[in-house]
Amino acid sequence: MQLTIDIVNDYMIVKLRGELDHHTSEYARKKIDQRYYSNNSANIVLDLRELNFMDSAGIGLIMGRYKNCIDRNGKVSIVSTSPYINRMLKMSGIQKLVDIYQTIEEAIKG
Amino acid sequence: MVRKNNDKNYMRIEFLSKSSNESFARVVVAAFASQLDPTIEELSDIKTAVSEAVTNAIIHGYEYKEGIVVVEATLENNRIDIVVEDFGKGIEDINKAMEPFYTSKPDLERSGMGFTVMETFMDELEVESEVNKGTRVRMSKTFKSLSNKE
Repeated sequence: MQLTIDIVNDYMIVKLRGELDHHTSEYARKKIDQRYYSNNSANIVLDLRELNFMDSAGIGLIMGRYKNCIDRNGKVSIVSTSPYINRMLKMSGIQKLVDIYQTIEEAIKG
Repeated sequence: MVRKNNDKNYMRIEFLSKSSNESFARVVVAAFASQLDPTIEELSDIKTAVSEAVTNAIIHGYEYKEGIVVVEATLENNRIDIVVEDFGKGIEDINKAMEPFYTSKPDLERSGMGFTVMETFMDELEVESEVNKGTRVRMSKTFKSLSNKE
C-alpha cells in the first residue's frame, strides 16, 4: 500500500495505491489523520482509482474519515472508477453519505 | 494421500494470526481457484470473501493474540468450497454478528460489513462457532463463467 497526500486549498487529496485491507488500513488511517490534524484543510478527497483490492476495511476507513470531517464542518469525497470498488461502495450504502466522482477536479468542484 | 477423482482438488494452509497474512491467504486461495478459469470478477469475489473471514479470525477470534488460522479450499467441477477456521474465543451470538453494520469493535473503525460481504460475494455461507473453542466459516461459489463455456 502506498499513499500520497497533496493539499489543494481547503482539500486534502489522498491517493491510495495497491491493496486496502485491515492490515494496510491501519497504516493509511494513521497517515491521513496525522496530516489532517496538522493542517487546516477541512475536506478530504480519497482517490481510490489505483487500488487493486479493497475489502470492508476500506469502508471502515472511509466512514471514520467521514466522521472526522463532519466534526470540522468538512466533507469526504471519493474518486473511483473501478467497477469492483464501486460495487463494494454501493453495497455498503456509503454513497448516501459521501459523493463519488470520476476525477479529482470534479471532486474539488463538488 | 492419493485421490482417484481427477476432477477434484484440495489444498490446506495454516498460518499465524498476523494481519500481514490477510493478503497471503486471499492470494493463495485465488491462485488455487484460478485452476477453474474463473472471470476476474469471480476471483475478486473470492479474494474479498477470504479476506473478510481471515480478518475476522485475527481480530475477533484471537483478538490480536497469537493463534493459528487454517484455510482449506476444495475444487470440484465448477465449484469452490472454502473453509476458514480459528481456535479462538468463538462468537456468542452468530445472528447478531451477521447483522449488517453490527460490530463488537467500533473503536477499531470496523464497518460491520464482513459477513454481509461474504454473503453477497459467495453463493453459500455457513458459520459454526463455539465459545472458547473457535469459529469455522464455510463458503462456496459456483463459477458461472465455466458453465457458460460448455
